[in-house]
Amino acid sequence: MDWDVILRNLPFLLMGLQTTFKLAIVAVAGAFPLGILLGLCRLSSKWWLYYPASAYVHLIRSVPLILVIFWFFFLMPIITGRPVGSFTSAAIAFIIFEAAYFAEIVRAGIQSISKGQVMAGLSTGLSYISTMRHIVLPQAIRNMIPVLVTQVIVLFQDTSLAYVIGVREFLRWTSLVDAREFRSIELYATAAVVYFIICFVGSTITRRLEKKGGRLR
Amino acid sequence: MHPYGGWMLQGIFTTIHLSGIGWIIALILGVVVGTSRVFPLAFLRFLGTAYVEVFRNIPLLVQLFIWYFAVPLMLPPSARLWIYENVPNVEYMAALAALSIYTSARVGEQIRSGLQSISKEQYQAALSTGLSQIQMYRYVVIPYAARIIIPPLTGEFIGIFKNSSLALTIAVSEVTFMTQRIDSYTFHGLEAVMGASGVYIIICLTIMFFMGFMESRVSVPGLIKR
Repeated sequence: MDWDVILRNLPFLLMGLQTTFKLAIVAVAGAFPLGILLGLCRLSSKWWLYYPASAYVHLIRSVPLILVIFWFFFLMPIITGRPVGSFTSAAIAFIIFEAAYFAEIVRAGIQSISKGQVMAGLSTGLSYISTMRHIVLPQAIRNMIPVLVTQVIVLFQDTSLAYVIGVREFLRWTSLVDAREFRSIELYATAAVVYFIICFVGSTITRRLEKKGGRLR
Repeated sequence: MHPYGGWMLQGIFTTIHLSGIGWIIALILGVVVGTSRVFPLAFLRFLGTAYVEVFRNIPLLVQLFIWYFAVPLMLPPSARLWIYENVPNVEYMAALAALSIYTSARVGEQIRSGLQSISKEQYQAALSTGLSQIQMYRYVVIPYAARIIIPPLTGEFIGIFKNSSLALTIAVSEVTFMTQRIDSYTFHGLEAVMGASGVYIIICLTIMFFMGFMESRVSVPGLIKR
């Protein structure tokens, strides 16, 4: 055992961790709004909104993330006509992929609010949009928060998959350092501990939120 | 005659048995872990919780690398040599270990929440009708919990199929790996990836269809349909 290897290569590992966080933040920032939009479309009574959104969600959810990453890795140069960086194509893949999961959370959250709330809102003279904005969404979002945080943790773990197209995130740096130092046990154990701490803190927060908030119906 | 179609079929076959065997192991481990978390022994409960938290909070890819790169190094040199000489495909075994243990933590969590979803009154009612502890589990708790657990387990079963694609990183020749191999031979990666996506979509839709049918057969009357 030679734990010095971690200290010696700390700058590289931290650089990787920074990219991991950057990728996660970009993915959440893009995927969450897209997910809300898709979730609302999935609840729409207009067929031209409902069917495309449902098809999108089901299609993406039945394909592994790694394949979506490869889609965009191969597609982006064809679409844009010039090579894009692996970070950009990974970020786009994450946004497209995770949006389908956020959409289902948003849909379930809105559906957890009883119909009576909508009727009460409408009968007091609010328009449909104000009912959504002031009555349904505030309650729905409160119900969604624990699941949303869980999904963000999953997304954070998923960023390690950007490894496959060579994005230099935390896991890629770990394996690059390993290729030079031959210290697999120490390096991968460190990677595991780092991911564990971050995700465990996240899941503890989720449990707190679940206990405190309770569910509104 | 090009060999690429054959490669894809080989890949599909590997994907199916890798995730199939992994699922059986995950289910057995998951039941053990899930029941240990509702066991009346604090030490066992702690062990079960620790198992779930550790294996759920480390990305699967990191676990895969640990099983493939780090675990053999932890063994004594003679054992390592024996493994490399006598186990025909170490990478397949590593992928199987990582996949099944990762999935078992998730299955264990579903089983725990299924067992806990049964209200205390059910247990008390069963005991007060004169059933023994074992009979209570055999005739009341397990039949009820099993039906509640089946829908979320469908999701985990689909999950292990999709997650088996990560095995490509340690060169297990499953279907996603084959797409990359075809890409390196022909530069037609996009077509191969689209083909593999089609395979996953068909597998997932088939599982969903059969499980949907199963769920409607075993659903508990009186509960909200999900």
